[in-house]
Amino acid sequence: MTEKIYTKEEWIKALSGLKSFYNIFVPVRDGDFHTFKALDEKKIPDFNFQNTRLSPKSLVYPQSERIFAYTLDEDTPDANIIKESEKDYSPKAVVGIRPCDAHAFQIVRPNFDNPEYQDPWWIQRYESTTLVGLGCNAPGSTCFCTSVGGGPFSEKGLDALLYDLGDTFLIKALTEKGEAFLENAQGGKEADDAALKAGEDLAAKAANKIEQKISIDKLKDKVQTELFDAPFWDDVAFACINCGTCTYLCPTCWCFDIQDEVLEKQGDRIRNWDSCMFPLFTLHGSGHNPRAKKVQRVRQRFMHKLKYYVDKYNNGVQCSGCGRCVRNCPANIDIREVCELMNRL
Amino acid sequence: MENPYLPYPVRIDKIITETEDRNLKTFRFVFLNPKDEEKFSYTPGQFAELSIAGKGESPIGIASSPTEKGHITFTVNKVGLVTTHLHNMKEGDVMGIRGPLGNWYPWEEMEGKNVVIIGGGFAFTTLRSSIIYMLHPENRSRFKDISVVYGARNPGMLLYKDELAEWEQRDDIHMHITVDGTDDPDWKYNVGFVPTITEQKITSADDAIAIVCGPPIMIKFTQPVLEKVGFSPERIILSLEMRMKCGIGMCGRCNIGDKFVCKDGPVFSLAQLKNMPQEY
Amino acid sequence: MLEYVEKIRKTAGKLFEEDKVDVFIGYKKGSLPMMNQPVLISNADQVDLLHWDSNCGLNLCNYLTKRTDRIGIVANGCNSRNIVTHITENQISRDQLYIVGIPCKGMIDHRAVQRAVKQKEILAIEEQGNTFTVKGKDFEDTFNKNDYLQRNCLVCTHRNPVIFDEMVAPPVEEQIEVDTYKDVKQIEGMDPEKKWNFFTRIIDKCIRCYACRNACPLCYCPTCFVDESNPQWVGKSSDPIDTMTFHILRAYHCAGRCTDCGACERVCPVGIPMRQFTKKLNKDAQELFSWEAGLTLDQRPLLDVFQPDDYNDFIR
Repeated sequence: MTEKIYTKEEWIKALSGLKSFYNIFVPVRDGDFHTFKALDEKKIPDFNFQNTRLSPKSLVYPQSERIFAYTLDEDTPDANIIKESEKDYSPKAVVGIRPCDAHAFQIVRPNFDNPEYQDPWWIQRYESTTLVGLGCNAPGSTCFCTSVGGGPFSEKGLDALLYDLGDTFLIKALTEKGEAFLENAQGGKEADDAALKAGEDLAAKAANKIEQKISIDKLKDKVQTELFDAPFWDDVAFACINCGTCTYLCPTCWCFDIQDEVLEKQGDRIRNWDSCMFPLFTLHGSGHNPRAKKVQRVRQRFMHKLKYYVDKYNNGVQCSGCGRCVRNCPANIDIREVCELMNRL
Repeated sequence: MENPYLPYPVRIDKIITETEDRNLKTFRFVFLNPKDEEKFSYTPGQFAELSIAGKGESPIGIASSPTEKGHITFTVNKVGLVTTHLHNMKEGDVMGIRGPLGNWYPWEEMEGKNVVIIGGGFAFTTLRSSIIYMLHPENRSRFKDISVVYGARNPGMLLYKDELAEWEQRDDIHMHITVDGTDDPDWKYNVGFVPTITEQKITSADDAIAIVCGPPIMIKFTQPVLEKVGFSPERIILSLEMRMKCGIGMCGRCNIGDKFVCKDGPVFSLAQLKNMPQEY
Repeated sequence: MLEYVEKIRKTAGKLFEEDKVDVFIGYKKGSLPMMNQPVLISNADQVDLLHWDSNCGLNLCNYLTKRTDRIGIVANGCNSRNIVTHITENQISRDQLYIVGIPCKGMIDHRAVQRAVKQKEILAIEEQGNTFTVKGKDFEDTFNKNDYLQRNCLVCTHRNPVIFDEMVAPPVEEQIEVDTYKDVKQIEGMDPEKKWNFFTRIIDKCIRCYACRNACPLCYCPTCFVDESNPQWVGKSSDPIDTMTFHILRAYHCAGRCTDCGACERVCPVGIPMRQFTKKLNKDAQELFSWEAGLTLDQRPLLDVFQPDDYNDFIR
């Protein structure tokens, strides 16, 4: 696989050139935080960031997406017939995605792509996207990727990986997609042994910088109903305000709602992110709600991530350790603490 | 790529008002594209999403049997936005159906056994599908005795009245129709709650499987009756209801523990449910 | 601050011992700096969990709604005003509450501090009276607390609780001559198009997580208008018009009730200054009806009463 080295100026120039092959998304500073935006003349990519406030999941799985369209005009022959909306699956590259967020796509995949059903939108957008990761030289204090199967330079789910060596970027292709990306990238030169060595050292040092360790080893063997009936849920849930911050910021939360919207005679069926934190999520037409109480919804979120997913897919926990929910929960509900409680029970 | 969210276009072929309160109607649908009917190959116990442009979708158990060709039927209770709109639609209107979805009653296990069917209120729909399926000449010999306990609040609230009367006349199915109460002097069947009638009529669990569908309160009181007769939890089969959207195990709302009611269910044995979180 | 903590713990302990409360609601130290967590304790053994400092930004009144037990609760100025509002709106009864009043000198604006340290990661914070020190891996900075107060605290004129059963300390001096509505006046001066653009811009990052609504003690409706599906008032997608509808209607539902506690802004994951919506209504309530929410139990809520001399220019 190709391994190249770019000065930082060359790299920005290379990205500009890549725009004719890909829609390039880069981290951009937007007020107090960073966010992924399409690269254009006005945007300055800023690779000097901890992580983006919102996860890049929306690039594969938008918060709102028109999935079908229809007309209600009875004078047309196809009135009331639901039809697929046109979609753009032209190649996209997310440059600077953190390894935890790329790992998250792998965690999410079995939900949308399994032997029984395939979600056409998630899969086609995922497959048309090239993920060029940026290793974390200085992981944050709330990062715990190494506890959940990832790492600051983990290659899981990535097509290529960037190493920030100071004045230069070392980039390694990891998959065919990554290889194609580098083939299209102008400039740079082949990485020499010194650069490769520097990259390795950086990765080793970064892994040691992760102080946060959580234990997930015992979750698999726990009895689902015993964890469900554990005594700590009321205390865990008390402060929760049942907003959607944790689920919307999370790179591995995938729940959605489907809604119809009509303007005059033209309608769309729209898929929107939804959240297990909202009471409406599970409210039956009859008025019955199996998760009417806050504590039930909080328990669902943690049980889903740390037990149901574990049991269902045998693919670790449904968490990539990015720490967004830890940092941004308005009520400071900390998945690291809840995970300890569950693992210890 | 096959799109599991895209409904098949259908036309409403016939609408029958089932109950005296007019809240339950049976809709018979015909596929606009005959090929879609082949693709929509189902087994009794499954459900589908009824899909109305501009309103959304509602998951409903399939009331027809795969042995009934040329159409599929659903009996729909008027509760929410989609079902209320559906009740206002008329024959000839076009809408969509997405499915078939979910699992089905354990037909392979039931083969060669006595079958006990217990239904209450409007949850009788997939049980109708099952009865029609079993009574079909090609299938009847695969099952031993078939007993049915079916109850509603009063005679006017029973579904499929003509078929019930017809089944009563047959000798290859034991019908025990009941109502909670009635002031009809001509009522010729049972009076009493479903659990009570079950206790009187279902006296043996030998080589038998019971399928139970009905309101939670009925299920709650029927369960101990069946266990007392000797049905083990593995042989008591229930069909659950949940709020659903996608119907294919992706949208995340209808889980009980790590099982999705839409994809891993809606049919579960009592034995399975006893090992799942009590959250439904 | 440390004296406050001692006093709160002692008071809570005494309340449990004397069987005056079933539970006590306060804050505990969070797992992150600048982030304390609301906590409910149910016996005297847990009182050492209780904590108070300038990072208690969530409004505890939120946790009182429709409780049926006897509750001890800490309350500073704005929280106490929300408790008053809760009582007058029948969400809790005064008899159930033992209010431990806290004279407040304002909460630290964690975003402003983050900005001041150039978004470097803060690992610890320590308060020393009027200053505080933040520490990270390779930095340490000390700031004057007054320069880093939450924006609502900067213009607060009710730092002392308006209702309490006992105080943890003597009242603090109230801020006088603050120009509470300076920002609102600026917006009032804009032409309609500019106003619309202003409000459109401030909400353009909204992800509809409803943290602002859920952190607000005023938002206790069993079903919020945005969640209503029949009829459906607001679309659920991230369409900007629906998002704007949500923010404007939410603000209107707070008219005459908002105490400007700032919880909505504090919790927003994308930093929307949504007080710009509610403050205008607070200003109107004050100018048109001489009303400030939650000051006394003796008055019905503003929009609950009609007086012949009420402002009524809108009726023509």
